[in-house]
Amino acid sequence: MRRGQLVVDVACVVIAAVVAFPLYWMVLSALKPAGEVQSANPRPWTGAPTLDSFRRVLDVENFGLYFVNSLVVALLVVALSLVVSFLSAVALTRFRFRGRTVLVVMLLVAQMVPVEALTIPLFFLMRSFGDVVPAIGLNQLGALVVVHLAFSLPFAIWMLRGFVATVPDELAEAAALDGASRFRFTWQVLFPLVAPGLVAASVVSFIHAWNDFLFAKTFLISGTDNRTLPLGLLVFFKPEEQDWGAIMAGSTLMTLPVLAFFLIVQRHLVSGMAGAVKG
Amino acid sequence: MAFAHRRDGRAALLYLLPAAVVLLALLAYPIYQLVVISLYDYGQPQASGAAPLVFLGVDNYVTLLSDPRFWDVLLTTVVFAAVCVVGTLLVGTALAVLANRARTVPRTLLFLAALGAWATPTMAGSYVWLFLFDQDFGLVNEALGSLGFDGMRGHSWTFERFSAFGLVAAEIIWCSFPFVLVTMYAGIKAIPGEVIEAAALDGASARRTATAVILPILRPLLMIATIQSIIWDFKVFTQIYVMTNGGGVAGQNLVLNVFAYQKAFAGEQYGLGAAIGVVMTVLLLLITGLYVRAQRGVR
Repeated sequence: MRRGQLVVDVACVVIAAVVAFPLYWMVLSALKPAGEVQSANPRPWTGAPTLDSFRRVLDVENFGLYFVNSLVVALLVVALSLVVSFLSAVALTRFRFRGRTVLVVMLLVAQMVPVEALTIPLFFLMRSFGDVVPAIGLNQLGALVVVHLAFSLPFAIWMLRGFVATVPDELAEAAALDGASRFRFTWQVLFPLVAPGLVAASVVSFIHAWNDFLFAKTFLISGTDNRTLPLGLLVFFKPEEQDWGAIMAGSTLMTLPVLAFFLIVQRHLVSGMAGAVKG
Repeated sequence: MAFAHRRDGRAALLYLLPAAVVLLALLAYPIYQLVVISLYDYGQPQASGAAPLVFLGVDNYVTLLSDPRFWDVLLTTVVFAAVCVVGTLLVGTALAVLANRARTVPRTLLFLAALGAWATPTMAGSYVWLFLFDQDFGLVNEALGSLGFDGMRGHSWTFERFSAFGLVAAEIIWCSFPFVLVTMYAGIKAIPGEVIEAAALDGASARRTATAVILPILRPLLMIATIQSIIWDFKVFTQIYVMTNGGGVAGQNLVLNVFAYQKAFAGEQYGLGAAIGVVMTVLLLLITGLYVRAQRGVR
């Protein structure tokens, strides 16, 4: 029995190392001097760590700007999506009205739409939007914000619905007796109570917006100032003369915020996911 | 109910309005537009407004369905997605069972590593795997070379069709198994100890407990994880586009999503690209039916 336990534990640690290895290799290669990265005898350590590759991507390739662009898009999507989806979740759980069930089923179906297939109509839609409201037209970050907001809503509403439903009605009655208006109850009592759901929903929206490559590539066709990180990385990747050190540094910069975000909220994330599955 | 019912309808409308506006304009309308565009001869002259639109009816679909290339890509997509889904589920479930038996420290290490793989942006993950398997500077070729496989030095993993697909599949499994691991682990943890004990008291063997007790309890969760994986892997875009440089040598690594993108934005045949999009949507909505059923089964 004890021997079996040891085998399981060792297997667990070895697999953890294998799974984490690509990440280790990414960070290591980003810190290696150029000569060691572009070497036919790569070694799994380095004696002379340097930030040269990071300097190269940040100064020469303008990655700092792309990083800020990506962050602005992702944070705007998260903020807007939280408010909008929370309002809808409240309406769908705490109000009685005709057609409620139909809406809930439609939300489920909407989650299944392969949004990638919509690049073509959305490309033309954004082009038309640009004539009226330049901020959400082609080549603008606003176009990415509104598109990812739309894509994140069905799942966020679906997830928050489960959380709002768990808040007992008695709480609303007590708040009403204490003289709180419906508006006050919604924002000052309900909103903080569903925090784990908000966290889980925001992680999912953040990651979708942050990872997006297809829509950035489709919408941001001219000019370089509004590029997001994935697009910056793609342009950086030249088929014949790859600067792997810089590509790994760019990839590391792209991974760090998500990793930090994940580690901070992991507890909420798992309970939030569980809530959504049960929902 | 705490709130007056009569006013609920109007209040609900107000609360739902922002989401409705966004979803109608940017999800429902584009879906309608996708179908409309797929019925027209829609090329660059039409897109720029230089030529009038010509209604084709189902001609784009006829063109598509009579193109052997499309069937090839469709079959490739289905097989490739199936390999990724099965791989992801096997790895994720096996590791969930392993994690359930491991002690706290090894288990935490495994979860941290999985969390790292999960959090890695698609683009970054694709490049790291590409670099590990790089022809000249990759660690894998170097390691294989020093193990005596001299032929592997300078070997290109992306040149040959199946090895390129294999590499992409490995990256996809690496970044998607954590979802299955977390889901299945939560499922295993939720099984009450009494159930297992009762089975043991009744004289069930460990294998019989696993197949006759644990598996049926986990089946709904497994179903959800399966369908979710099918949806993700069926419409994969970034990994194929990045790792095989837009669909591989002579398009040998094209999957539906990349195929539609190339037809529309590189080939400037928006109508045909939209038709591929419609076909993809219909196929996925069929899977949605299964998903709704699975959801119902859970509750």
